[in-house]
Amino acid sequence: MAKMKFLCDAERCIECNGCVTACKNANEVPWGVNRRRVVTLNDGVPGEKSISVACMHCTDAPCAAVCPVDCFYTTADGVVLHDKDLCIGCGYCFYACPFGAPQYPSPQQRVFAVRGKMDKCTFCAGGPEEVGSKAEFDKYGANRLAEGKLPACAEMCATKALLAGDGDMLADIYRKRVMRRAGRPETWGWDKAYGAGV
Amino acid sequence: MKSSLNPVQDRSSRSRLGKLVLLGFLGAVFLIVALPLTGYLLVGETAAQAQQGATNPLSEYWRGAREGTQGYTAVTAPQANVLITDSGQNWRQIRNGPLATYGAWLMFLVLAILAVLFLVRGRIDIDGGRKGMTVERWKLSDRTLHWFTAVLFILLGITGLSLLYGRAVLMPVMGPEAFAAYAQGAIYVHNYLGLFFGIGLLLMIVKWFRVNIPKGHDLGWFLSGGGMLKGKHPHAGFVNAGEKLLFWTLFFVGGAIVVTGVILLFPVLGQSREVMQISLIIHAVTSILVISFIFGHIYLATVAMKGSMEGMVGGRVDVNWARQHHDLWMKELEEKGVKPQPAADAEPPPKPAEEPRPAAS
Ligand code: HEM
Ligand code: SF4
Ligand code: SF4
Repeated sequence: MAKMKFLCDAERCIECNGCVTACKNANEVPWGVNRRRVVTLNDGVPGEKSISVACMHCTDAPCAAVCPVDCFYTTADGVVLHDKDLCIGCGYCFYACPFGAPQYPSPQQRVFAVRGKMDKCTFCAGGPEEVGSKAEFDKYGANRLAEGKLPACAEMCATKALLAGDGDMLADIYRKRVMRRAGRPETWGWDKAYGAGV
Repeated sequence: MKSSLNPVQDRSSRSRLGKLVLLGFLGAVFLIVALPLTGYLLVGETAAQAQQGATNPLSEYWRGAREGTQGYTAVTAPQANVLITDSGQNWRQIRNGPLATYGAWLMFLVLAILAVLFLVRGRIDIDGGRKGMTVERWKLSDRTLHWFTAVLFILLGITGLSLLYGRAVLMPVMGPEAFAAYAQGAIYVHNYLGLFFGIGLLLMIVKWFRVNIPKGHDLGWFLSGGGMLKGKHPHAGFVNAGEKLLFWTLFFVGGAIVVTGVILLFPVLGQSREVMQISLIIHAVTSILVISFIFGHIYLATVAMKGSMEGMVGGRVDVNWARQHHDLWMKELEEKGVKPQPAADAEPPPKPAEEPRPAAS
């Protein structure tokens, strides 16, 4: 069984934000939400590094562990999804997530308690609605996995810094790259998301 | 360089132009291939640097990223510039672990102690029975405030605990859809009524502050376990030391519930995720503490002592009850010359318009 993962190669990411735009476009992400973002460390200093980050689809997902209505589930592909019909907008997943993935629909606009259903990256795998239906698209965005495609962000990435797909294949590709460039491997975020030793 | 503009072109100049174009084309192809490859020069450089030092500077870099270093991002959401927040994992472990476990045990234990207490002590009668004469204890405004806050507290307690324990306790029984629908209602109730509870608590604290200032005789009350340990009832004023303890618990611990609740209620105030994590832990711990205390409060007021509820329901208490539980207050009333009235069920004469209030409040 595949375990879908994201891997961002910090030696390649050039902070073009193409993945962010591709995601917003493919999923028609609600205004104010960015399911993916690019963070640059030591910005403007020699040796700066950029990393594109979204939900990492953790193996032992903290969001799922704290959700009071237990609305998260892991698909057969290892993608972590949640059911917006069950979500009560408490924000606990947003507290627990190490990567800041779950977000209130419009953080800047909602003032009072009712904070709406959480939104987060779906690995372009839709959600718990009929595959390819309008309801699925409206609530969760595209279901590219069902069409045999990979997440839009990774497919769009011009430098192939952002990889998405089966974890073993990603690890192989990345290992070859690291050997060729005689650098050190930095499978960024993997120990956090998928546990030690991956 | 448009050759067609000049009709008199000799062959040699035409072929020179052709060579130039070819050269230009080849040059462009070379640059297209070669320029991106310069990236490898830089990679070679960083790799070389990494091997020179004793410690790899990049390892510090990634350690920093794992510990929540801030970077730059074009996304303008709060804290979007942080790659990894480790505290979320701690929050998860504390909330799902010790908080939920010990919280449940504490509430369960308090209920068990109260049950045992009831079995051992039963309902405590009024010494010498009812006198049939009553004095005013709580004004209508006090009673309204008490029940306003109490009802809100119970609603907030039930809805809050549903968020903490519902998944484990209610969901297996109700099924995910029904429980989610209930939880959605619960969170609306909790979030909208929370502020009103805060207002009620504040008014209560202001209104009942003076009577709850600790006095010397309160120590004696505690030493005799509120009269549970020794047969004779200890001295107590308008409120006894146990009630004062409840008041000060509500003051500090209840205050913490309200403050942390408001922090959680408005994620737009600019508070960081860490502050919200800590707030939720404090909110839940303090809630469970106060809920446990309130269990005792309800037990004493309803089943344990005969005559206690009357003061908060009708506002008047039997004179003998007052002498038994709040002797100093009763003495005060007598010194002030307050005349007890016959109890309501004994056909009271029309009440005088203004009756002096107990000095206490
Ligand atoms: C000013 C009053 C209060 C406010 C503003 C408030 C607000 C909140 C908020 C915002 C949450 C997070 C979930 C949500 O979004 O609803 C929460 C959770 C909770 N509240 Fe309150 N609350 C208040 C009073 C109380 C009281 C009086 C109690 C207990 C008697 C209580 C018990 C709880 C519990 C047990 C949780 C769940 C904690 C968890 O799931 O870990 N709250 N409250
Ligand atoms: S990255 Fe965050 S939202 Fe995604 S699975 Fe992990 S904890 Fe859940
Ligand atoms: S916001 Fe929704 S998905 Fe997140 S923990 Fe709360 S109920 Fe679950």
